[in-house]
Amino acid sequence: MPRRLFSLPVALIALGAVGVLPITSLSAQRAKLPRTATGKPNLNGIWQAMTTANYDIEPHDAKPAMAMRPGPVLPIPAKEVLALGAVGAVPAGMGIVVGGEIPYLPAALAKRNENRENWLTRDPEVKCYLPGIPRATYMPFPFQILQSEKSVFMSYEYASAVREVYLTNPGPPETDSWMGQSDGKWEGDTFVVTVIGFNDGTWFDRAGNHHSEALKVVERFTMVSPDHIKYQATMTDPQTFSRPWSIELMLYRHVEENARLGQFKCVPFVEELLYGRLRKTPIKP
Amino acid sequence: MNRSRAMMTRMMTGMMTRMTKRMMTTTMSRVVLVFVGVTMMSVNANAQAAKPAAPRARKAAWVVPRTPDGHPDFQGNWSNGTMTPLERPAGLGRALTPEQVIAMEKVRADTVEQLAKQSDPNRPAPPKGGDGSTGAAGNVGGYNYFWIDAGDQMATVNGERRSSIIVDPANGRVPALTAAARERSMERSRTAMKFGQYDNPENRPLAERCIMSFGSNAGPTMLPNYFYNNNYTFVQTKDHVMIMTEMVHDARTVHMKPVAHLPKQIRPWMGDSHGRWAGDTLVVETTNFHPEQLFRGASDNLKVIERFHMVDANTILYRFTIDDPTTFTQTWSGELPFIKMNQLIYEYACHEGNYALSNILSGERAREREAAAKPPKP
Repeated sequence: MPRRLFSLPVALIALGAVGVLPITSLSAQRAKLPRTATGKPNLNGIWQAMTTANYDIEPHDAKPAMAMRPGPVLPIPAKEVLALGAVGAVPAGMGIVVGGEIPYLPAALAKRNENRENWLTRDPEVKCYLPGIPRATYMPFPFQILQSEKSVFMSYEYASAVREVYLTNPGPPETDSWMGQSDGKWEGDTFVVTVIGFNDGTWFDRAGNHHSEALKVVERFTMVSPDHIKYQATMTDPQTFSRPWSIELMLYRHVEENARLGQFKCVPFVEELLYGRLRKTPIKP
Repeated sequence: MNRSRAMMTRMMTGMMTRMTKRMMTTTMSRVVLVFVGVTMMSVNANAQAAKPAAPRARKAAWVVPRTPDGHPDFQGNWSNGTMTPLERPAGLGRALTPEQVIAMEKVRADTVEQLAKQSDPNRPAPPKGGDGSTGAAGNVGGYNYFWIDAGDQMATVNGERRSSIIVDPANGRVPALTAAARERSMERSRTAMKFGQYDNPENRPLAERCIMSFGSNAGPTMLPNYFYNNNYTFVQTKDHVMIMTEMVHDARTVHMKPVAHLPKQIRPWMGDSHGRWAGDTLVVETTNFHPEQLFRGASDNLKVIERFHMVDANTILYRFTIDDPTTFTQTWSGELPFIKMNQLIYEYACHEGNYALSNILSGERAREREAAAKPPKP
């Protein structure tokens, strides 16, 4: 998507806001931010993280497969994923957890490790379930922010997930949900979204990292250049973690001409996995 | 589960009318739930339907709300639930008389009242295996009207109470299919005949599989489903109009600035929508429909033209034209109001708890096993 150009008056106001000339490179970047009619950073666009965090948000080395089993010498890919060869391997990544490690309570850590052992049957992504927040942000798919003065709406390519970020807090969530209830407000040039009302069904990645219904996520979207948003999120869940912890990553604008969100409605893609055994004539493996 | 608790609390606090209703996935699922004795704990699809706001007296001073770009501002939540059917029933004119409207709406109101009554806890069990009516349902009972939001008024367009959504052709009926479309339809029937309706997940309707809404809610054409969840969220930016259909959280992003149309190989659900402003009317053309999203037997060439025009603070007049010369012997058009909702739309997480589809298929497998175990009749 081509950059949105700001109007001259808006630019002048923005320049004025960051101080007098000569401007530093940071304030030059800020001054260049696309802005809405009321002067907020204009987050409209198609964004995507460039990270392997969806495999594991903690630092991780490359490995042969997401699901492994003991081999005669070293672990080998589980039979369910063997045929994928190098396509099914896990790329390394520095992770996105600030400080590197999620501060689990002991029982929650044990559950994470058990989740990891049972990734194939437990990861909600395998079943095309809604991704939750913050995972939706760094899934290997783009998402679109639709921002107006009245509404901020996020439309995700993966699973056609959506969320409206309410600019007027509707009060406590009436029920739990996969994507939670998002309540947004501007703190200066940062869009801060508090998400509560989750169920405990979503994960943070393919590595079994999990949370409870008590999860609260506070996200911070800070546009640092016209094509980059710094994304930070702080997770608080006293049932799962010993203290709040944060992730940090960069979102990149799809700047290519004719950029548009694709569609990945994966529900029909997992019917054989979920319901194949219930066919009148099950397909033989 | 919080969800169920919230639901029960709401039911017990008597906020039944004009309040939220949480639905399960499909019509079938309610029946299946009864079959397998699953409680409401299994109800998953978190939908929140809402009745349209009561129409207010039109103020002479009303002015069209506008976005910073100067276009009419459609943003917010809307419902197109109505009693008016797509096609006109025999014997009616386009406009209904006040007497006809009163009679029709009374039938609905009486039905609602009847179905909203407390269930008699001492009622006898339904007959084993159902009452013999068709389908797996067998009319063994489902949830009552608390769960339904099918629309309780006949649609009003330009002050006229309407007997059908279709206004062109003048008889209010979908025009005849072309010979080619009839042949395609026959071919689909022949393919379908190779299967029992419960043989495979792919033999079940899209809504039951949690792929798309009932009927043509998301469309386009966005039509009421006459059951529940006829709810939409509109968000407008300079370059896009996003329309999200509550069931099944489907966001359709209409491109308002020139963007290349999708190549013929890419055919997403809800197609590829491009819009423009004609004065204060939003005009959207959609092509490249998904091959499984069959709208009334339309072909790959289907083009849907939609027009959105705000007529008062609470009403968008929605008009559409179906253009597919390889399917219909003429173009056809309809119109219906979208009424402003003053309630939130909740997450319709359908697939995540789709016990219904498993139960429907496993129910049929159980029936097959029973039939196989029975000795043949002499």
